[in-house]
Amino acid sequence: MSNDIFQGYKGGALDVLKKYKVRVWGTTKVDTTRGTFEGTVLPRAENDDDQHIVVKIATGYNIGIDIRTIHSMKETGYKKANYKIPEKEFPYTKGLPKVKLFGTGGTIASRLDYRTGAVIPAFSPGELYGAVPELADICNLETEKVFAVFSENMGPRQYIALAKAIGKEIENGVDGIVIGHGTDTLHHTGAALTFMCQNLPVPVVLVGSQRSSDRPSSDAALNLMHAMKAAGESDIAEVMVCMFGPTSDEYGLLHKGTRVRKMHSSYRSTFRTIGDTPLARISRKEIVPIKKNYNKRRQDKAVKILPYFSDKVSMLYYYPHMHPDVLDAMVEKGYEGIIIVGTGLGHVNKELYPAIERAQKKGVHMYMTLQTLWGYTHMFVYDTGRDMMARGIVPAGNMLPEVAWVKLSWILGQTKDPAKVKEMMLDPVNDEITLREPYNGYLVYQGGVPEVEEFVRNVHK
Amino acid sequence: MQKVKFDPKRNYRETMAQAGYVARKEANRQTYDTIGFMSGLEVHQQLLTKEKMFCHCPAGFYNHSDDYDAEIIRHMRPTLSELGEYDGTALMEFKTRKEIVYRIKNETACTYEIDDTPPFPLNRESLEIALEISLLSKLNVVGEVHITRKQYLDGSIPAGFQRTAILGVEGELELPHKKIRLIQLSIEEDSCREISDIGHTRTYKTDRLGMPLIETVTYPDCVNPDEVMETCNYIRFLNRSTGKVRTGMGAGRQDVNVSCRGGSRVEIKGVAHTKWIPELTHNEAFRQWSLLLMRNRLKTRVPRPGKWKIKFLELGGNLQLENRHLKKQAKAGLKLIAVNLPYFLGMLSWFTQPGKMFANEISDRLKVIACLEKPNLFHSEAFRSKLTKKEWAAIATFLKAKDEDAQLVFWAAEEDVKTALETIEERCLMAFEGVPEETRKSLEDGTTIFERVLPGADRMYPDTDSAPIPLEDAYIQQLSQNLPEEIIDRYKKLKRWGVPEDTYTYIFSKNLFPLVERIINVLNIRPAFVGTFIGHGLKYAEGRKTTSGKCDYENIYRLFRYLKEKGLHEQLAEKMLPEIIEHPKLDFDSVLTSIKFKRIEKDEIISKIPLLKEKFNGRGGSPGKGDERNWVMGQLRNLALGNMDLTELSKMI
Repeated sequence: MSNDIFQGYKGGALDVLKKYKVRVWGTTKVDTTRGTFEGTVLPRAENDDDQHIVVKIATGYNIGIDIRTIHSMKETGYKKANYKIPEKEFPYTKGLPKVKLFGTGGTIASRLDYRTGAVIPAFSPGELYGAVPELADICNLETEKVFAVFSENMGPRQYIALAKAIGKEIENGVDGIVIGHGTDTLHHTGAALTFMCQNLPVPVVLVGSQRSSDRPSSDAALNLMHAMKAAGESDIAEVMVCMFGPTSDEYGLLHKGTRVRKMHSSYRSTFRTIGDTPLARISRKEIVPIKKNYNKRRQDKAVKILPYFSDKVSMLYYYPHMHPDVLDAMVEKGYEGIIIVGTGLGHVNKELYPAIERAQKKGVHMYMTLQTLWGYTHMFVYDTGRDMMARGIVPAGNMLPEVAWVKLSWILGQTKDPAKVKEMMLDPVNDEITLREPYNGYLVYQGGVPEVEEFVRNVHK
Repeated sequence: MQKVKFDPKRNYRETMAQAGYVARKEANRQTYDTIGFMSGLEVHQQLLTKEKMFCHCPAGFYNHSDDYDAEIIRHMRPTLSELGEYDGTALMEFKTRKEIVYRIKNETACTYEIDDTPPFPLNRESLEIALEISLLSKLNVVGEVHITRKQYLDGSIPAGFQRTAILGVEGELELPHKKIRLIQLSIEEDSCREISDIGHTRTYKTDRLGMPLIETVTYPDCVNPDEVMETCNYIRFLNRSTGKVRTGMGAGRQDVNVSCRGGSRVEIKGVAHTKWIPELTHNEAFRQWSLLLMRNRLKTRVPRPGKWKIKFLELGGNLQLENRHLKKQAKAGLKLIAVNLPYFLGMLSWFTQPGKMFANEISDRLKVIACLEKPNLFHSEAFRSKLTKKEWAAIATFLKAKDEDAQLVFWAAEEDVKTALETIEERCLMAFEGVPEETRKSLEDGTTIFERVLPGADRMYPDTDSAPIPLEDAYIQQLSQNLPEEIIDRYKKLKRWGVPEDTYTYIFSKNLFPLVERIINVLNIRPAFVGTFIGHGLKYAEGRKTTSGKCDYENIYRLFRYLKEKGLHEQLAEKMLPEIIEHPKLDFDSVLTSIKFKRIEKDEIISKIPLLKEKFNGRGGSPGKGDERNWVMGQLRNLALGNMDLTELSKMI
């Protein structure tokens, strides 16, 4: 690991450090054409250039020094940082529920990664207690790092590992499960676990944070408190996503794993239940149900773990004048299931028909979902819809596109029989298709409208 | 011992005398040498850009506190610094458990301000201006700009940190009589403006948030209050010499670091006016000096400071006081807590600042850290206590206090009591050490109050959302070639030209030197006249201006050019100036009409002299020679102004 003493440096910058025998974390004095600089050499992010050396100066700021300006430099000492969240033993409190936290990566608790310059997750009950001591008033916590991947790298293998871990913990008699998760694909995992872990006796709560926990205003701590409370106390035994309701630090929402979607790239209040209302509102004080019907907590351990997943399912996001070869290519590459994300009520152009017919002949399972996200496929309304159904495309009701992809993958991991597949697809496990869309299931408020502006001014959203 | 009769007023006077405190007017260089006055500055200056620093919101638009579109709430929580440490300020702010409310206005804030969107690339216009100022300040400019997050848990920034970056280190300013060294210059985003701070709720508005700002930090090289002010002015003038910085209320603010010999670095925050600096630094140096004397007294009195502890009991159960002030608090549901401070007799009324004593230090901290609104306590050494002597005696007995102790009573909601007690004990223990490092807020009377614990380097964290920005040599060289002339060189020029020194502040603060120089060089007008005309005449006229809107200084140049072209004497400008300032759109011909100017040949004016002299002498009496000249001059002045040089006329008379 000789390279470790020059962590992240390469090319020209590495040569300069080697030449003057200055290590990363070494304190140094650098003479340059722009004057003298003093400080501690810091590691450099992997993707940054090889023309600069990063130095932390006495006032705590970091600066970069251009190697082309350096006359000489000298190591005058060595001071390695010990970046560690203070670890304190998580206290056991009699009478509090037992909650298991699975770590998967993501920004619930994180620390700096010099390799990428980004933040990486830090995670253990002790570290969490050090960072969010309030957790000890909510539950008795155990943690387990199932794996550590960024949200966008979550996939079938991770879904299956999580489902199995959930089954094991329920067998061990846990009162609730929290899964720390990056937010980008939180809703995919929510759907996958809903299908894989059926008849749950306890809550399974997925939680993340939109602003990394290395910042004072992060939503991580409050989300974590809400999630622990939901897992330990709530009587909703379903797979849920627990994230901020408004962008203000006020309350969280519990969303059903099959109806939730990330709707903004960076807002704290990014997760929204689509086509329905959330399950409940949660604050540090209380959990207030919004929906009346949900699966209740039970004392038994009769969970059904169905850890199946096929990686032969893809999605086709339709755009006007799409050429048929796009669909042909998917079929040729061996995809057995395709979720089409169509326009309006569930449409694609006629140009695709021959390709659809070819796919149908090959026995590809095709389901129609909507770019509009809200609403149902209604393929009887126009001829084109009927044409497509005649060519084997099955409308998937108001199932969200990502959920449909997860579900078809999960089904094809179990059976290839078209009739069985169709029956399973259209038979909801947990409201991925609902019979009714309540009036308040679609509320995308429009800024600028007087009544909305008044609402926003008076209520912290 | 003095236990029979303790007089807090006498104690206050005596401790003030011991510290050698004198009013600022009576202080001289020796006063400051005696206490080892030391001070440095952090001068903040907003840059004149169209947009904010990390988003595309417009900069420089402000809204009234009640004019907002939405409110957002945040709580702040301390996080680790890059080196794995918690910052002291951060922990203090976390203790205070504030709910922060932000009022946002759609015109001036987007999702970036409220930290719901990562930063957009740094505004290049601001970077360029800041680099120009770095070069003018003779700083070593960095090779690569690294955006850093500086934690602020007071809520002044919704993210909980300020994005900031160092552009240069180790610079130097050449003042007329002294060199002042610079530690660094950084570019940073401006913070929110506070609307209110009551109890556990603090409210801010986000209009100013995110505007680009630079901070010039000096070494503590100033050894008396006047030097601090001079340095501050110099830095402000330097910034303004670029013509690319904002001016007006709040566009330039400074934090002043002060200590006395043996004291600690105390930062007086947000000093809005340079002229307040001398009084503030004077008082702060003496506050520290007096606290050190108090420490010495405590040390002789308390055998083992490490074991020192407060003792407290709740009033109400065993001790019922019929005091109406206390009853009012109890009625409001607050707990009444009596606290004994062992060995603290004479400490609470110890002099700290004019009109303030050590008890204020405790009260100020209770307000900030425990969120107890003032008045938040009564104490046994107040000049006019709301509790009677008998009541204090009862409290002392209740607490089993000794004669050399002091007592206080505070009131707080149950959940704030613990923090309040910790705060009281902590501040008293600090008295054994001397002067706590802290930031203090300046008040108009020249005194200061506690604002927060002084943050250290532990609150810095690299901004993982932004990439470093390289500063190539070629770019820096190109900037170096387009810098304005240095202030010190301009200062020397003005001196050489014989422009009176009392005009410099106005000329530099309005960045009018280039105008002065252009009038002198291009129009060939006497330097001393131009300098005085602008430094005195323009300043005065601008001060009396009744119409709104900014002065168009370019008009002054046009005025002199006009006079030159018309062959009129430049002295006429003085008479025209008030009209031009008041009615900037009026053309110069009309101005001449409105001041009733008449063009008369020089010879004609001169020819009137003998007649007037005769008239004067015919008035009888025994006038002196000067009187005659003054009288004749008075008669001819208006007629001659603009038509000939008045000095020449005076000589001829």
